[in-house]
Amino acid sequence: MTGVAIVAKGLTRRFGGFTAVDAVTFDVRAGEVFGFLGANGAGKTTAIRILTGLLAPSSGAASVAGFDVYREREAIKRSIGYMSQRFSLYNDLTVRENIRLYGTIYGLSASVIRARTDNLLERLRLGESGSKRVGTLPLGWKQKLAFSVALLHQPRIVFLDEPTGGVDPVTRRQFWELIYGAAGQGTTVFVTTHYMDEAEYCDRLGIMVAGRLDALGTPHELKERFGAGSMDEVFLRLARSGAPAGAAA
Amino acid sequence: MKRSSAFLGLLQKEARHILRDRRTLAVIVLMPIIQVVLFGYAIRTDVEDIRLAIVDPEPDAATHALRTRLGASGLFRIVAVERSTDGLNALFASGAAQQAVVFERGFGDRLESARAARIQIITDAAEPNTGTAMQNYADALIRDHEGELREGTGPPPIAADVRMRFNPTRESSNLFVPGLIAFVITIISALMTAISLAREKETGTMEVLLVSPLRPVEIIAGKVAPYLLVGLATVVLVIIEARLIFGVPLRGSAVLLLAEGVLFTVTSLSLGILISARTPSQRVAMTAVLAGTMLPTVMLSGFIFPLESLPTPLRLISAVIPARWFVEIARGIMLKGVGLDHLWQESLVLVGMTGVLLMASMRSFRVRLD
Amino acid sequence: MRRLLYLSWVEVLHVVRDRASLAQLLLVPFIQLVILANAATFAIHDTPAAIVDLDATAASRALSQRFAASPHFRIIGGPRSVAGADEALRSGEATMVLAIPRGFERALVRGEGARVQVQLNAEKGSAAGIVQSYAQRIIARFGAERGEREGTAPALRRIDVQTRGWYNTELDYRQYMVPGILVALVTLVGTLFTAQNIAREKELGTLEQLNVTPISRAEFIAAKLLPFWVLGMAELTLGLGLGAAVFGMPVRGSLLLLLGVAAVYLVAALGIGLLISTAVDTQQQAMFVTFFIMMIYLLMSGLYTPVDSMPGWVRMAAEANPVKHFVEVTRAVLIKGAGAAEIAKPVGMLGAFAAGFFGLAVWRYRKTA
Repeated sequence: MTGVAIVAKGLTRRFGGFTAVDAVTFDVRAGEVFGFLGANGAGKTTAIRILTGLLAPSSGAASVAGFDVYREREAIKRSIGYMSQRFSLYNDLTVRENIRLYGTIYGLSASVIRARTDNLLERLRLGESGSKRVGTLPLGWKQKLAFSVALLHQPRIVFLDEPTGGVDPVTRRQFWELIYGAAGQGTTVFVTTHYMDEAEYCDRLGIMVAGRLDALGTPHELKERFGAGSMDEVFLRLARSGAPAGAAA
Repeated sequence: MKRSSAFLGLLQKEARHILRDRRTLAVIVLMPIIQVVLFGYAIRTDVEDIRLAIVDPEPDAATHALRTRLGASGLFRIVAVERSTDGLNALFASGAAQQAVVFERGFGDRLESARAARIQIITDAAEPNTGTAMQNYADALIRDHEGELREGTGPPPIAADVRMRFNPTRESSNLFVPGLIAFVITIISALMTAISLAREKETGTMEVLLVSPLRPVEIIAGKVAPYLLVGLATVVLVIIEARLIFGVPLRGSAVLLLAEGVLFTVTSLSLGILISARTPSQRVAMTAVLAGTMLPTVMLSGFIFPLESLPTPLRLISAVIPARWFVEIARGIMLKGVGLDHLWQESLVLVGMTGVLLMASMRSFRVRLD
Repeated sequence: MRRLLYLSWVEVLHVVRDRASLAQLLLVPFIQLVILANAATFAIHDTPAAIVDLDATAASRALSQRFAASPHFRIIGGPRSVAGADEALRSGEATMVLAIPRGFERALVRGEGARVQVQLNAEKGSAAGIVQSYAQRIIARFGAERGEREGTAPALRRIDVQTRGWYNTELDYRQYMVPGILVALVTLVGTLFTAQNIAREKELGTLEQLNVTPISRAEFIAAKLLPFWVLGMAELTLGLGLGAAVFGMPVRGSLLLLLGVAAVYLVAALGIGLLISTAVDTQQQAMFVTFFIMMIYLLMSGLYTPVDSMPGWVRMAAEANPVKHFVEVTRAVLIKGAGAAEIAKPVGMLGAFAAGFFGLAVWRYRKTA
């Protein structure tokens, strides 16, 4: 893996007559924070599901951490972390139990799990809440916990599917600090969002409109190319130009 | 005008829910249809083809004659002929034999003497009724044989002229179909309603309905009306199927049966609403319906197990179970062809129960509003 | 192994921390056991009978007396006429009507062949058959004894029939039903739990998270099965103890042997639940599909009505029913004291089912979204 974490070439996924992801081509460099933007239903989640090995593509090629998305899906799963759109830790388990569960699933030894749990709780300032049921935590804490759990086994790449949905601005800020922290340690971060202020935080961006990847570049490049002052404007222009196709989605 | 269109919209939405979940719909419709076939074909308690072991320590002409008779009767299949009773335990334990006829030594000689020749019939009576029936069959056959041996030497036995009323061929499906109707109505009305209401509560859509201009009564009516229709349609289907395949009669008035069916459906719907109003989640609602309506309907309504056999405390409990009264009404109409003149008491009980449950369910629903 | 154990432990936590699950696991089966043990009976005693005695002689009264003295019948007072008896039958007040015609005693004395009429409410098919045989036995015995007393019958060619019922001498339904009920309960609870399990994780969204982990399919299914297997074994053991202590259930064979077979059987039963769970989307669907399949399995298991009474094709189909084999084994071991040799065949079948259903569930489970 020579500095490239994810490669996609003409990646396509159809559901019946509907093309959710339409010939998407991009690559993500190791260690960067790659943002995937798009309106609801633009195909972000489908793309992320293909890249995490949850869904087989219809055509095209892609590899994640050097593994093929057709043939080596289980190998991909060993190299990545994933935080889905819906909160997916167990509400009826305590914070520690959730951490231990995923640590065990990824084959970490008991002592490693214990050490990382203590470290994680301290970093999130959740020290006192270790034996609280996750269901009783506020949403912001839950999201930060889910992110940390996705990183527990120190994967090379982490996929975050709209990780900050429904979270207040202060917590979102804290969340992005966590993301930078992970990237600083060399983890590649692939994050989808529809918050345009978050887009500014990314190293590079891909913008999806109606299944197609319409723009790719750094936030600075994109603003220049579209002659826009903010990512909001970039996005609105793209969305308007793709309106006929986007209407169906 | 506006309100009635909102109500229609709710009705439509509910119908769409039901139609869209194909798997659940298939189960709801298929279950009773397959049950009719199962109860009709498979659930029989008639005893036939009894696996018989013979123990004949000293075979002679007399034992041979009786053995041949047993084998030729069509009721028994002789699976083993032994010299002693030693092997019987293993034969019975593995189920290879269900019954044994044990001749005594010198059977033939004793038969021609003044002493009685002795035979022992051993029966696997683990299941009491089957055991009793097998015992009676073998006993009757040997008595017949004895009677023929003694032909013309005494007075004829008392002839009992037996008439089976209401269900001459003793078809078990006749008995089960009315119970099955109660079961179908309970499943669709109580279970489906409770789950559907609990789901709306879980997903939060109930709150949206409650703040709409619809009155609570209309919300409930809109939610349950489709289930009422699905339930009644299935009931009609079951009656037709039972008649076509098994010839289960409908001797009384179809209109009366349908009217009582609607009454019982409302009873079950009220129960479903009541349960969903008092439970926090789908899973709790399911469990409560299971324990609160399905179980009593199957166990204590006379559907499968006869009410007369119940111990007194359970018989008393069965009196407050709506299904018990409905099963009695349905059996009366279908099998005996009686009308309201015979069934008014049962119908009145059912009306009373429905009234109480309906009021309670409406109240519990209103309480949730506050 | 550590992974499997902790995953299983988490399943236990899910159950213990959910009130609905706990109720499903503990309360419902317990209520069912108590009710079913008492309700699941086809016992026939105290059949309400009306006697219309048109003869009104010493002989007819003696026959009536025989019926009154039998534990199988309860004579209801009232109808003296044929029409009255018919009404009693129709209203359900009487299940049987015995009519003794005029001239009954005279026919008996002259040896001309006396007749009586027995009418039965045959709505309850097989029960009517049993009641009929009780009535006929009383009538036949009455006739035979009367013949001997009058001295008209010769002593030659008499066959003395003794009947003995094995295993259940008191003809107590509970002895027969309780073992079967235990099987049904453990099966139903276990299958329902496993069937809802994966469906619930689908609904919650937690399954997707598990599916992006490197956990293997067999490991996942095994982790879902193991805790319910342990719970099922515990519940069965508890139920057997309760059955023996409270309901007088006989224990004639080896309990250890039975639990050994149960260990195999539970894998099959829970495997069915997991197979259902992999195929449905919601808990509601899981519950309905499980109900549907379990209903067929239970009705055709011989639990309520003997498999021997079913038509040939149904008996063949019943061979593919794991519940049937386990009900058979349970009854054979508990009631008849069967040993390993006598139950080898059904146990072999159960082993095949266990492997088959577990394999199918693993094969059917896809780690995809």
